[in-house]
Amino acid sequence: MNSFSLLNDFIIPGTIIVAQILAVLMPVLISVAFLVYAERKVLALIQLRRGPNVVGPFGILQSFADALKLLTKENIVPSNSNKLVFLLAPIITMVLSLAGWAVIPFAPNWVIADINVGIMYLFAVSSLGVYGIIMAGWASNSQYPFLGALRSAAQMVSYEVSIGFVIITVLLCVGSLNLSKIVEAQQTVWFAIPLLPMFVVFFISALAETNRLPFDLPEDESTLVAGFFTEYSSASFVLFFLGEYASMILMSSMTVILFMGGWLPPFDIFPLNVIPGVVWFTLKVIFILFIFIWVRGTFPRYRYDQLMRLGWKIFLPLSLLWVVLTAGFLMLFDMVPNSL
Amino acid sequence: MIKYIKSFTLFELLHGMFLTLKYMFKAKVTINYPHEKGPLSPRFRGEHVLRRYPSGEERCIACKLCEAVCPAQAITIEAEPREDGSRRTTRYDIDMSKCIYCGLCQESCPVDAIVEGPNFEFATETREELMYTKEKLLENGDRWEQEIAQNIYLDRKYR
Repeated sequence: MNSFSLLNDFIIPGTIIVAQILAVLMPVLISVAFLVYAERKVLALIQLRRGPNVVGPFGILQSFADALKLLTKENIVPSNSNKLVFLLAPIITMVLSLAGWAVIPFAPNWVIADINVGIMYLFAVSSLGVYGIIMAGWASNSQYPFLGALRSAAQMVSYEVSIGFVIITVLLCVGSLNLSKIVEAQQTVWFAIPLLPMFVVFFISALAETNRLPFDLPEDESTLVAGFFTEYSSASFVLFFLGEYASMILMSSMTVILFMGGWLPPFDIFPLNVIPGVVWFTLKVIFILFIFIWVRGTFPRYRYDQLMRLGWKIFLPLSLLWVVLTAGFLMLFDMVPNSL
Repeated sequence: MIKYIKSFTLFELLHGMFLTLKYMFKAKVTINYPHEKGPLSPRFRGEHVLRRYPSGEERCIACKLCEAVCPAQAITIEAEPREDGSRRTTRYDIDMSKCIYCGLCQESCPVDAIVEGPNFEFATETREELMYTKEKLLENGDRWEQEIAQNIYLDRKYR
């Protein structure tokens, strides 16, 4: 019975996996293009401008035109750079921001890898994102990218600590690290309501984690030109850009799964619960992304010491306190899930 | 106390965010340029033209005041008497790549021959096309005469 069949053991499962990956990544990459468009449009509206409105109806194809333009340009590699690392960095950023999508449940059972440590995997992959940035800053061999990379590393490490505690708070309430279980545990009430302060802390840390305004010091235009991707052009720039926006969508999905009930409708009543889960998931992610852009349109950039103070002196004690409070509350009322 | 409540409820931040949300739905100030254009003053100084009298005779009498006053030295004029004895230019060139659109040429002109018209959309693809000759300037004059006459009429009180 140990017969080896190339067709059954490799080709068919391989094809299925590749098809699943494409089915997830294609929409993600296309939504990145529309996210860039939405960002430009929303910022324009906030600033009383019109935004892109020429390419396609309402300028909706602007990002595709820009991508085409960037990809046809020359890829300049600085002569002093470490060429291998310089070219590897954007690829790493891009791959990592796409790898996280493997465990995201879009709807019940709509997930490529339904692993039991889904949230750990997601956290690990989003933390690894800093390597792409550090490699880019180091390999460029130039001041501004280097400073940007240092800032980025310090910032991401600081905010990951509080993100970690926030995730622990959620896990205490769920009793599982599986993302689908986390969503199912929110059947009665979304965690955004009982854990509101943690939701806010998580959202703000997600802004810092994805290097978005008001925490975009790593790519601070006014002082660092473009931060860690100052020296990048053409296709490598596109990879960085795609990676950054894909990780933004990934962080939004993570927020939605942890706090806003993933694919669950807001109320389990008739007209709402016939709408498929993937639609609810998408709507919620769009809502969070809108807040990302809205925040960018509203707040000025933090100073670096203020950023560090917020991370270490406010978010860390607050999330630590909340972990203790949640654990105490669950123990006191004997509500610990999955207890033996 | 109130200060702490405010900072922990992110009151100021939410206040700011609602302000930007309000602005999102306000009327936009951008002019949709090629389709919409802003208003121009009658004194607007755009592309140069050389005007003619209604009889078709060119106004310029080759006094060279504009050439003398031009701070960028963009104007070159050569003149000699015509067969009927009147003094006319044989050459009237403006280097539009040198011109700073100060309007001193039209101020100095005693016969309102050289005028900066309302046209500002004369971008070219080559540098050579910006070396305007007398023919080009007279042709511009014929094209923009109506608007320029109107502008001069509107500005008459201040001249």
